[in-house]
Amino acid sequence: MFATRPEARPASVEVFVEDRPVMVPEGASAAAAVLLAGIPAIRETPVSGAPRLPYCMMGVCFDCLAEIDGVANRQACMVMVTPGMRIAPQRGARQARPGLAGKGA
Amino acid sequence: MRRFDLAVIGAGPAGMAAAVEAAHLGLSVLVVDEQPAPGGQVFRAVEAAGGDPALTEEFPEAGGALVRAFRAAEDIAYWPRATLWHVDLAGGVLSVLRDGVSEEVAATRLLLATGAQERPVPVPGWTLPGVMGAGAAQILLKTAGAVPRGPVVIAGQGPLAWLLAVQLLRAGAGPMTLLETGGKGALWDALRAGGLWTGRRLLRKGLSLVREARRHGLRVVRRVRNLQAGGEGRVRRVRWDGGEIACDTLLLHEGVIPSTHIGRALGLEHRWDEAQRCWRPVLDEWGASSHGFVAVAGDGGGIGGWEAAVATGHLAAIDAARRMDRLPAAECARRARPYQTRLASALALRPFLDRLYAPAPEMLVPPDDATIICRCEEVTAGQVRLAARLGATGPNQVKAYLRAGMGPCQGRMCGGTVAAVIAEERGIPIAEAGALRPRAPFKPLTVGELAALPPGDVA
Repeated sequence: MFATRPEARPASVEVFVEDRPVMVPEGASAAAAVLLAGIPAIRETPVSGAPRLPYCMMGVCFDCLAEIDGVANRQACMVMVTPGMRIAPQRGARQARPGLAGKGA
Repeated sequence: MRRFDLAVIGAGPAGMAAAVEAAHLGLSVLVVDEQPAPGGQVFRAVEAAGGDPALTEEFPEAGGALVRAFRAAEDIAYWPRATLWHVDLAGGVLSVLRDGVSEEVAATRLLLATGAQERPVPVPGWTLPGVMGAGAAQILLKTAGAVPRGPVVIAGQGPLAWLLAVQLLRAGAGPMTLLETGGKGALWDALRAGGLWTGRRLLRKGLSLVREARRHGLRVVRRVRNLQAGGEGRVRRVRWDGGEIACDTLLLHEGVIPSTHIGRALGLEHRWDEAQRCWRPVLDEWGASSHGFVAVAGDGGGIGGWEAAVATGHLAAIDAARRMDRLPAAECARRARPYQTRLASALALRPFLDRLYAPAPEMLVPPDDATIICRCEEVTAGQVRLAARLGATGPNQVKAYLRAGMGPCQGRMCGGTVAAVIAEERGIPIAEAGALRPRAPFKPLTVGELAALPPGDVA
C-alpha cells in the first residue's frame, strides 16, 4: 500500500477505484490511484486467476491492465488520472462487449 | 501526410538533447513520447516534482535544465501521450497512436531514444501483489509524491537501489532494509576494471548516497542469495539463505537493460553484451544502426546513464544533419568533439559498475523449476527447461511451444530469461539462443484505433 505526501504533492483529483472515491495528485497515473486506494489486486490473470498489482509502472510489464472509464485492457500506468475517472479491476481476459464499438473496447 | 527531417522516439535525456540539437541545425523535428511530459524515466515529471525535498540535486537541476531547453526550442513538434506502433522502413513512414487516433507521418531519419527498462528479476514469488520494480516505486514518488507504507525491503543491487533507498527514506518511508545480492569478490573484480579516476565525480556521488542511507538508519544485509518472496495473496515476507524478514512492499532491482523492443522488431542487428548481460543494437560512433534509416541514442543503445545519453543524442542529431547535407563534414567533427569528450567521461566508470553489480547467476536463470518466468502467460522455468530438452533452440521456438512472449507484454519481461534458461539447459551461449523477434504493433492497439486512421493514410 502506498500513501501520498500532501506536503510534497497535494492530492487534488478525485477518481473512483472500484467505485470508492480516492484523492490523488494531478499527474498521477490510474495505476498509482489503484495503489493509493489499497485494493488487493488490479487484475486477476486469465491463466490462473492469480491477483496482480502494477509491477513496472512504466508501460513494460502489462500487469496493470484494468478497465478505465468502461474500456478494458488499458495499461493503467500509462493513463493519467482525470477528475471522476472510474478504474475497475479486470478479472481474467477482457470481455468483448457489444455496444462499445468505436470506444476502443 | 506530414513529413519531418528527423523523428525522435522518446523524450528522455537522449531524445530531448537530439531534438534540441537537430532543431538548432535547421532540421524539422518530431518527438513522439508515451509520457505526458518530457524527462524520460530518470527525469520523469520533473516539472511537477522538482520541488519535492526527497528528490534533490541532479533531478531538479540537471533534469530541469534539460526539460527547459527542450520546451524552449522552436520548431520541434512534440507529441506527448503518443505511441509508435509501426515503422515502414522502406517508405520511412511511422504509425503513431495518440489520443485514441492513429496517424501516419513521414520522416527522413528515425532516431530511437527509447531508454531502458529494469532487468526483470524472476525470483520465487515475484508476481505477488506488493512486489514491484525499484524503478516503479521511484516513478510513484516522482509522479504522485507517493511512498510505500509499512516495512519496505529493497532487494538487489546497483546505483538505483541506493538512490531509491535514500529518496524513500527522505520522503518518510520505512523501516527499510536493503538486501544486497552482490557476490563475494565483486568489488575486487570491479576495481580491476579501472576508470575510478576519470569517473571520480560519479563515484563520489555514489559514496555520498551510501553515507546518507546509513545516516537515515537503512539496514543493509550483504551477499544475499536465493531470495524468495512469500505470502498469501500479497507479499508478507522475504526469505534468503540464512535470513527472513517481514515486509509489506518488496522492491526488486538488478540494474537496467536497453529497451530494444522496437529495434529488434525492425530487424536491426543486435549483439549480446556479456559485460552488461543484455542485448544492444550494433551502432557506429554516431549511433547509426545497421539500417540506413534508423539511429539509436541513449540507454536504448547500451546502458550509460543520462549524461552519456545526452551526449549520444547530440551526436546522433549532428550525424542526421550531416547525412541531409545541412552540415559540412568539418563542421560536423568540430561540433561533435565536446560531446565525444563528455561521452567518454560519462562512460569511464561503467566497466567498474558493470562488474561490481553483475547479477548473480540465480537472478538470470531461476534454479527452482516452479518460478514463473513469463508473467503474462504464467510459464515457469521448469516448463522452459522441458521445452529446451524437447528441442527448442531459442525464445522464438519457446513462444510457439508455451506462449511465453505471446502475452500483452510481447516478451519484454520474459524474453531475456527464457533465452538464458535455454542457453543453460542446452549448454550454449546466450547469444546463440538468441532474442525474441517482436512484431508490430509494438504495443497493442484496438481495432477502433486502427479504424480511426484517416482514409488517405491507409496505404
